[in-house]
Amino acid sequence: MPATIPIEKDKDIDQSYLEGELRLLYLMLLIRRFEERASQAYQQQKIGGFCHLYIGQEAVIVGAVAAARQDDYIITAYRDHAHAIARGTTLNASMAELLGKATGISKGLGGSMHYFDKENHMYGGHAIVGGHLPLATGMAFASRYRGEDRCTLCFFGDGAINQGVFHEACNLAALWKLPVIFVCENNLFGMGTHVERATAVKELTNRAKAYDMPSMVVNGMDVREVRDSFRTVLDAMRKKPYPFLIEARTYRYRGHSMSDPATYRTREELDKYKNEDPIIGFKSVLLAEGKLDDARFAEMDREAKRLAAESVRFAEESPEPPLEDLYKYTFVEDSNQ
Amino acid sequence: MREITYRQAVNEALDEEMQRDPNVFLLGEEVAEYNGAYKVSQGLLDKFGPKRVLDTPISEGGFAGLGIGAAMVGLRPVVEFMTFSFSLVAFDQVVNNAPNMLTMSGGQFNIPIVFRGPNGPAHQLGATHSHATEPLYANFPGLKIAIPGTPRDAKGLLKTAIRDDNPVLVLESELLYNLTGPIEDKEIELLIPLGKGEIKRKGADVTIICYAQTVRMALAAAETLAGQGVHAEVLDLRSIKPLDLDLILKSVSKTHRCVIAEQDKPFCGIGAELTYQIQRDIFDELDAPVARVAQEEVPMPYNERLEAAVLPNEEKILQAVYQVCYL
Repeated sequence: MPATIPIEKDKDIDQSYLEGELRLLYLMLLIRRFEERASQAYQQQKIGGFCHLYIGQEAVIVGAVAAARQDDYIITAYRDHAHAIARGTTLNASMAELLGKATGISKGLGGSMHYFDKENHMYGGHAIVGGHLPLATGMAFASRYRGEDRCTLCFFGDGAINQGVFHEACNLAALWKLPVIFVCENNLFGMGTHVERATAVKELTNRAKAYDMPSMVVNGMDVREVRDSFRTVLDAMRKKPYPFLIEARTYRYRGHSMSDPATYRTREELDKYKNEDPIIGFKSVLLAEGKLDDARFAEMDREAKRLAAESVRFAEESPEPPLEDLYKYTFVEDSNQ
Repeated sequence: MREITYRQAVNEALDEEMQRDPNVFLLGEEVAEYNGAYKVSQGLLDKFGPKRVLDTPISEGGFAGLGIGAAMVGLRPVVEFMTFSFSLVAFDQVVNNAPNMLTMSGGQFNIPIVFRGPNGPAHQLGATHSHATEPLYANFPGLKIAIPGTPRDAKGLLKTAIRDDNPVLVLESELLYNLTGPIEDKEIELLIPLGKGEIKRKGADVTIICYAQTVRMALAAAETLAGQGVHAEVLDLRSIKPLDLDLILKSVSKTHRCVIAEQDKPFCGIGAELTYQIQRDIFDELDAPVARVAQEEVPMPYNERLEAAVLPNEEKILQAVYQVCYL
C-alpha cells in the first residue's frame, strides 16, 4: 500500500477515506486543492521563484504510488509537489516549502522545484531537465548492488527525452539490467513547445526500442489504469530486474509555470482534456459502482479544501530559516575520518 | 619507508579502501578489464570482481550521475574520469547534483562520492584534452578538491576522500603517474587530512606556493636558488578546498615574498584567489607584489615547443622569484 496519508491524524476525518479506491480519489483531491491554494498564494506574492503546477496530471502519480511499495525509490523533475504529497509529505510541510519557511520539507532551502522527503523515500525534486535520470539509475544500481528487490520510479516530462542523459540513463539501465521504471509524463508540452515540434519520433515509446527496453503507453487521466499498469510492471521487475519505459499520456491545465499564460494552445484543446479530468472521471466511476455518493464526495472535497487552506496558515505562521543556518548544509559534518 | 610510484599509490588507496568498506566501488571507462587507461586500477577487477569494479560505456553524464544516485542511497562510489577534461561532459552532474543536494534537501541527502582521475595538461594532447579544471570546480560551494603532487599525498588524500561524507574531487596528473617517492610501509594506515598543505622544503627568503604538477618544478627551482644563496620555502597546497590559508599566511609572513606556481590558466585561476586572500590578510607583511606563474592565456597548442611555452616550468618560477626578490 502507498504511503501514510499526508495529513495529521484528525478526529474530523472519516477513516474510510483512507481505504481502498476512495483513498486514490482523496489523494487526487488533496493535491488539486493544495495546488489551487499554491496558485493563489503565488499570485499574492507569498511564493517566490518558479512554481510549476501539476493540476490535471494527478492520476499519474497517485496511480503509480498506489502500485509501488513504500520503500521503492521515487524521484522526479521540478513539477514535484504532487509526487511528495502522494508519497506522504504533509500539506503543511509542502506549503511551508513554497513560502521558504524552516518548517518546509526541505527547510525552505529548496523551494517549489526541490522537494525532498527522505523518510517517505521521495528523492527530489530536480530542476535541470533530464538531470535526475542518471540519479535514478544509480538508485536502481544500489538495489542490485545490495541484492534488494526495491524498484526505482523515475518521473520526467516529454521535454526530457531529448536530453543526452535520457539516452545515457536508458542505456546504462538496460545494459546493467537495473530495476527502474522511466515514467515519461507526456503532457504534450515542453514549456511552450509542443512535443511534435521537439521530438522526431511520433511514438515516444519507440525510444525504448533503441535500448531493447520494454515499454507501454497508459492513459494518464485514468488512475485505475495507471495503478494496474504499474502493478503489472513492478511485479515483473521485482522478480526479474529490467528497466521499463512507461509513457503516461496526460495534460496540464495550467501554464508551464505560474508566469506562463499558455497562449500556445487553444481553449478547445484545454476543454477537451478537462472533460477527461482524472478526478471527475474517477468520481463518476465510483458513483456508478455505488462506492461513493455525492454527499460523501462533497465531504471529502470540503476536507481537502480545509487542509489546503490550513497549510497556507501554517506556512505563514512558520518561522524563516535562521540566518545562522546559512552555512550549515554546504558540507555534512564528517563522521568517518 | 619505501618508494612507490604515484600510480601504485592511487592503486593502493583504492585497494585498501575497497577492502575496508564493502560499500566502496569503482566505476569508469576502462577501469576493469583494461585495468585503467593509465593502469591505475591494475588488479582490482581480479581482486574485487565485476560487481565492484565496473567498466562503463563512454557516457560521462550517465555514469557520473549513476554514482551520485547510488551515493544518495548510501553507497560510496569512486568515479574515475579517464581525464578531467572529459568531466566537462558530465559538468551538470558534478556541479549541480553532487554539491547542491545537501542544501536543496535541507540537510537530508549528503553525497559521499569521489570523482578522481588525471587533470591538467599532459603531453601534446592539444586543446581539448589538456584542461586544468581546478579553478572551475573551486567555484562551486559543496565540493572539496584534493590535488596531490607526490605518491605519498596521492595515497593519503584519496583514502581520506573516500571516507569523507561529502563529494570530493581528487585531481591527479597523468604526468605524475610514473613519479616515484617515499611512502610509509603498507602496514601503516596513511590518511592525510583534506585542507592541510605541507611545507615540502623550508626556507626564509621567499615562499613558492605550488600543487600537483608544479610541486616538482618548485622543488627544482628551490634547489637552483639555494645554489644562488636564495632560500625558498616550498608550500604544497595538497588541497584547494578546503584551503590551508593558515599555513600560507604563516609562511608568507615569515618570508615576506610570494610566488604562486599554478598549472591552470591565469584568468580567475587559483593564484588569483590566493593573491587576493594574502593581500587581504597580511598586506603589511609583503615586501613585493605577489607574482604568479601559470599557463599562457591560449587554448593549448599541439606543437611540442609551443606547448612548452604555454606551461609553467622551473625557469619561469626562477624568473618570478628574482622579480619578487628584486634580484
